[in-house]
Amino acid sequence: MRLSTIAAMAATAMMTAGPALADLTIPLLSYRTGAYAPSGIPYADGFTDYMTLLNERDGGIGGVPVNVLECETGYNTQKGVECYEATKGDGSLIYIPQSTGITYQLIPKATADEIPVHSVAYGRTSAVNGKVFPWVFINPGTYWDAASIMIKYALEQEGGSLEGKKIALVYHNSAYGKEPIRTLQELGKKHGYELTELAVDHPGQEQKSQWLQIRRERPDYVFMWGWGVMNQVAIQEAANIRFPMEKFMGVWWSGSEGDVVPVGDGADGYKSVTWHAPGKDFPVFDDIQKHVVDAGKAAGDGSKIGEVGYDRGLYTAVLVAEAIRIAQEATGGGEITPADMRDAYEALGITDERWTELGLPGFAPAFQNSCEDHGAPHMGAMQQWDAKAKKWTLVSDFMEPDYDVVNPLIEEDSMAFAAENNITPRTCE
Amino acid sequence: MGVGLLNTIEVILNGLMTGVMYSLVALGFVLIFKASGIFNYAQGVMSLFAALTLVGFQSGQIPFAELINAVFGTDVHHFGFTMPAILATLCALAVMVLFAIIVERLILKHLVNQEPIILFMATIGLAYFLEGFGDMMWGSDIKTMDLGLPQGGSFWFEDVTKTWAAEGSDYWGMYVDVLDVIAASVAICLVIALTLFSQYTKTGRALRAVADDHQAALSVGISLRYIWVVTWAIAGLVALVAGSMWGAKSGVQFSLSLIALKALPVLMLGGFTSIPGAIVGGMMIGVGEKLFEFYVGPMVGGATENWFAYVLALVFLVFRPQGLFGDKIIERV
Repeated sequence: MRLSTIAAMAATAMMTAGPALADLTIPLLSYRTGAYAPSGIPYADGFTDYMTLLNERDGGIGGVPVNVLECETGYNTQKGVECYEATKGDGSLIYIPQSTGITYQLIPKATADEIPVHSVAYGRTSAVNGKVFPWVFINPGTYWDAASIMIKYALEQEGGSLEGKKIALVYHNSAYGKEPIRTLQELGKKHGYELTELAVDHPGQEQKSQWLQIRRERPDYVFMWGWGVMNQVAIQEAANIRFPMEKFMGVWWSGSEGDVVPVGDGADGYKSVTWHAPGKDFPVFDDIQKHVVDAGKAAGDGSKIGEVGYDRGLYTAVLVAEAIRIAQEATGGGEITPADMRDAYEALGITDERWTELGLPGFAPAFQNSCEDHGAPHMGAMQQWDAKAKKWTLVSDFMEPDYDVVNPLIEEDSMAFAAENNITPRTCE
Repeated sequence: MGVGLLNTIEVILNGLMTGVMYSLVALGFVLIFKASGIFNYAQGVMSLFAALTLVGFQSGQIPFAELINAVFGTDVHHFGFTMPAILATLCALAVMVLFAIIVERLILKHLVNQEPIILFMATIGLAYFLEGFGDMMWGSDIKTMDLGLPQGGSFWFEDVTKTWAAEGSDYWGMYVDVLDVIAASVAICLVIALTLFSQYTKTGRALRAVADDHQAALSVGISLRYIWVVTWAIAGLVALVAGSMWGAKSGVQFSLSLIALKALPVLMLGGFTSIPGAIVGGMMIGVGEKLFEFYVGPMVGGATENWFAYVLALVFLVFRPQGLFGDKIIERV
C-alpha cells in the first residue's frame, strides 16, 4: 500500500473517530438516583430536553450540535468531583454542579483549569462578585437575594412595616441552611422584626420540637430554608399545628411539587420564592412536545414537563445556550473554548423580547450580567400552591432584593475570601 | 397549672409519642438480632421497601415499569385500578414474606456458622441492593401514603388541656398529633402480639429456643432455616408498619431508610435482645432528646436531638453495656 493511501486512510479515520470533539460539550452533573432523585430527575430532564430541542429543531447552536455529557453524582460531593475530573478533558465548556457541596469543591479546581462554573441560585453566595470569582456565575440570584425578597414580600403584606413582628426561620442545619441568617439579622435591624432561628438536623424527618416551639411562640411568619424530606415534613407539621399557610414561605429549593403533593390538602396556600413562572403554558413547550417528546427523544417519561424542577433545568439550559450563541458571535465561528464561554457569560443578557423569541414570554425577568455582577437579575417572585388544582401560581410580581443591605454583605464576604486566598480582585473598568 | 409546666408536660408527651415511632424501627432490629445474632443493617431500607411496595400496590403502579418500557419500547405505568389500603397492605406483607424466603435461600443459608461481622457485612450489601432494587421496581418519586389515618393536632385534647392553665393565661392547650397516638397504639398492639406469639405458639417457642442456643435448638429438631425465614418475615411485618407510619408523616421517599439512624440509640439503651426494651428505650430517647432540645437547645443553637440521643445512649452503655433490658453476657473460661 502506498504511503499516501495510508496517510489518507489515517486522516479519514481521525476525522470520523472524534465527532464529539466538534460538538458543544456541556457536562451535566445530575442526580437521578438516591434520596434527592425526586429533585434531580425533573431538573436533568428539563436541561437535557431543551438541548435536544435545539439539536432536533435547529441543528444545534450556530450549526454545531450540543452534546450533553450527563454524569451521575447521586448528590454526592465526592462523586461530583470525580465526574468533573472524568469529563473536563472532553472539551467541556462549562460545569453545572447541581449541588452546593460540589460547587465549593469545583470553584478552586475549575478556576485553576479555566473552565467556568454556573451554580444556578445555589453555591457560594459571594461568588456573585465577578471581581473575586471571575470563573463562577450564580444567575439568577443568591440566597441573600431570596431572604431579602421574602422580607420585601412580608413588608408588602403588612402594609410596609414589620416593626414588632416575629419571624421564625426553620433551616437545614448545614452551610446551605445557615446562608440567610446574616441577611435576615441585618434586615431585622432595619425593619424592627424579631428573628427566631430554628435549626433542623439532616435529614429532617423529625421536627416535632421545632414546630412545638413555633406553636408556642406564634410567629407572624415562618420562613424555610429546607431541602429534601425536611421540606415535606415541615409543611406537614405546619399543617398539623394549623399554622396559616399563607404566612409560611420557603426558599426556591423548598418550593417544588415534591415538597407539597405528599402533604395533600394541608399544603394549600404554602408559598415559596421562585425565579421563573411555574407551569408549561409557554410556546417552547409545544416545540418540546413536537420535536422531543413525540419524537421519542425525551430524557424522561414526559410526566415531569412543566414541574418546577423541570422548568429550572430548562431555564439553566436557556442561559447556557444563549451564552454559547454570544461566544460564537464573538469568535466568529461555531467552535468555542471554555474561556470564550466565560467571556460570553459575563456578557450574557436576555431581554424581554429575547425571552419571547425563545418561546418563553414572561417566563423570567430580563437581565444583564457584567464583569462585577455574575448573578443578575437577582429577582424573585412569590408562588403559591393550590392543592386542589395541584399547581403553583405566581402571587406577586418579580421583586428586587434590598441592595443596600445585600451588596455590602457580598462585598465583605467576597473580600474576606480574597484576602484568605491571596486573590487580588480584578478591576472591571 | 402554670404555662411553663404545661409546656413541659406537652414536650414529654410528644417525646413519648416520637419515641414509640423510633421503637417501631428498633423492633425489627431486635427481632432479627435475638433470633440469629445478626445486626441487620438493612432494617431501615426494609421499612422503605415495604412502604414503597404498599404505596405501589395501593396506587396500582406497575412494578419495574421503567425497565419494561426501556426494554420493550412500551409506555406503561399503571394497571388502571387502585387497591384498598387493607388489600394493598396484605399484598405488601406477602412481598416481605417472599423477601424473607429469598434472603434465607440466597444469603443466610450460605453463611451459616460464619462470624457475626461477615453476616453484618452481608446485610450492608443487602441494604444497598434493596435500595437500588426498590428504585428500579417502584421509581424514585416521592409518593403519598394515604391509609386514611387522621393527622394533625387533636382538637379535643387541646380543649381539655386549655382549661388546665391558670385563669387569664394565654394558653392554646396541649398539642398531640393524632397520627402519633395511632402509631403508639399500633406499636403497643404489635408488642403484645409478638409477645403472645413467642410465648404461646409452637413456632414462637421454637424462635425463643433458637434465640437461646442455636446448637441446642438444632439438636431437638428445630429447623434453623425455617426459623430464620419466620424471623425475617416478622421483621418484614414490623418494617411495613414502621414504613407506613413514617411514610404517612413525610411521604414515602428514599430518605425514609435513614430512620434506622434513630433506632440505633434506642437499641443501645434498651438492649439488642429485648422487645419491651425497644419500646422503653424508644420512649426514654424520645423524651430525653425532646426535653434537652426544649431546655438546652435554644442556648446552644438548637438541632441537638440527633447527637443528644447518642450521648444518652452512650451514658447508658458505660454503666450497662447490655442495655437496660438486654441479656447480660457471661462467658466462662
